[in-house]
Amino acid sequence: MRIFDVLYYTWNALSRHRLRTILMLVAMMIGVAAIIVLTALGEGARRYVINEFASLGTNLIIVIPGKSETKGGSPSVFIGETPRDLTNDDAVTLLRIPGVRRIAPLVVGSVTVSWQGVERESPILGSSSSLLPLRHWKMASGQFLPDTDFDQAPPVCVIGSTIKRELFGTTNPVGQWLRIGDRRFRVIGILASEGRSIGMDVQDLVITPVAAAQSIFNTPSLFRILVEAKTRDVIPFVINDITDILKRRHQGEEDVTIITQDAILATFDKILSALTYAVAGIAAISLAVAGILIMNIMLVSISQRTAEIGLLKALGASQHKIIVLFLTEATMLASLGAVTGVLLGFIANAIIRHIYPAFPAGAPLWAAIGAAGIAMLTGLIFGAMPARRAAQLNPIEALAHK
Amino acid sequence: MIELKGVDREFIVGDQTVHALQDVNLTIARGEYLSIMGPSGSGKSTLLNVIGLLDRPTRGTYKLDNQEVTSLSDDELAVTRQNKIGFIFQFFQLLPRLTAQENVELPMLLAGIDPRERSEHARAVLASLDILDRASHRPDQLSGGQQQRVAIARATVMRPGVILADEPTGNLDRHSSREVVAILEQLNQQGMSLVIVTHDPEIGQRAARRIRMVDGCIERER
Repeated sequence: MRIFDVLYYTWNALSRHRLRTILMLVAMMIGVAAIIVLTALGEGARRYVINEFASLGTNLIIVIPGKSETKGGSPSVFIGETPRDLTNDDAVTLLRIPGVRRIAPLVVGSVTVSWQGVERESPILGSSSSLLPLRHWKMASGQFLPDTDFDQAPPVCVIGSTIKRELFGTTNPVGQWLRIGDRRFRVIGILASEGRSIGMDVQDLVITPVAAAQSIFNTPSLFRILVEAKTRDVIPFVINDITDILKRRHQGEEDVTIITQDAILATFDKILSALTYAVAGIAAISLAVAGILIMNIMLVSISQRTAEIGLLKALGASQHKIIVLFLTEATMLASLGAVTGVLLGFIANAIIRHIYPAFPAGAPLWAAIGAAGIAMLTGLIFGAMPARRAAQLNPIEALAHK
Repeated sequence: MIELKGVDREFIVGDQTVHALQDVNLTIARGEYLSIMGPSGSGKSTLLNVIGLLDRPTRGTYKLDNQEVTSLSDDELAVTRQNKIGFIFQFFQLLPRLTAQENVELPMLLAGIDPRERSEHARAVLASLDILDRASHRPDQLSGGQQQRVAIARATVMRPGVILADEPTGNLDRHSSREVVAILEQLNQQGMSLVIVTHDPEIGQRAARRIRMVDGCIERER
């Protein structure tokens, strides 16, 4: 048989049994489209999280007081031991490390802020002037914290846009005196940035100099120290230096936890990739279901076309030729389903991107190729059994079949 | 060209053995015209299936064109059928989704013959049977007689040495029956052996050589 003849014969059989063909196509199509859409969503989630982390800052190292260890030890280790606080002095020393570009100490708390009798509870962030470039934030108006020593506490603050709207309404807050706890601070700027940062809404923040926040909350310690390294390559050296310096300053006790944004990013990347693969795998099961449907319908089709198979045998078709014909039919169906499924998947993706432009949904190429490949393989595998059965039919009984 | 010797064909039905053919000896020369008659279940269709290589004898030998065919593999049998035997059935067995011409081309398609040659050849055969004007019609658009003529065209398009017709007129009216038999006889005169299994004595009597079967045996031959 010539390949073109086989294709024509198969196509003819498929197009003449339209309902059956369309049912199988739809099953295959949904399976393939599901793989593509689900991987696109998984990929979208991964990209979304990575973008979020990237917006935290670049080459970021975060120093957290206290050391979390899973090492075993005698109970005495835990008794009477508290982690030493991180202080402003610690932060200043870290600035001397070569490879460090800027440092922002962080104090976080929540307190009542008020202006002309309007008051609300607000998160307060104590930090320094370098926080603005470190977090890639922008000012809407006015200016950020002045560049002073960490120990100095000029009574100024920067507010987010929600605070501005809720406390000041239409009044321009720049130059106004805002009461934070029992102190008064002059508002010198308004943040333009949006989004969330370490669990807080940036628009909701009131930012003061670090020493001012420490006196509001009556504590000498820091919540965190953010360190920006000059390049990605020096990060390991910087981490070493930070550990050394803080250990020396803390009586030889290694009592800080240092995490890098790269490490977090890599972890999330790993988790979300695994999630994407898992979801794609689940979708692939739907293809197996489609394959079983193909097998069932092929079997029904063979029993409906028994007389045809008998005739082909009488006309001189070998078992091999009959297997080729029916396998071609199953594979052609699966391929058509794969192609339409890929198209449907990409259309669905485009619709998702149109509705949620912020969510970077996009199927990777491997998903499309993989889905189409699996679909065709499914057709081949699940078409094999019915094809063999057709080839083994007894021609006399087949011809007598009504 | 066809030589059956001591052919038995047994079927196992439940725990009983049914002897569909018993010790059949039959020789058919090239160009012979033979009818097989007999009551239902007498084994005439089984005999035709054995001759047509659709069925294997349980015992005995079968030589087709001096070649022993009982030992051939299924695929070798398929090729032999393709080239040497043309089948004509009571219910025509045309594929309803193919046009008349495509139905006629089917054996050549399976044999892998070039499409242009196929088309030319099929049209020539259809023309010789006077139904070329129906070439692009589907079977459901043809009368019974026309369908059987398409089926005859399909059976002869590979120029087989023998045509095996199983009740070729069983599903046709009197007029169409005469037409179909006339065509078959014409083909026989052109040199193809013709074996007709039939219930209809009027048709059976026309053959030069007539075989009557009863209970799987050739009862008498004239």
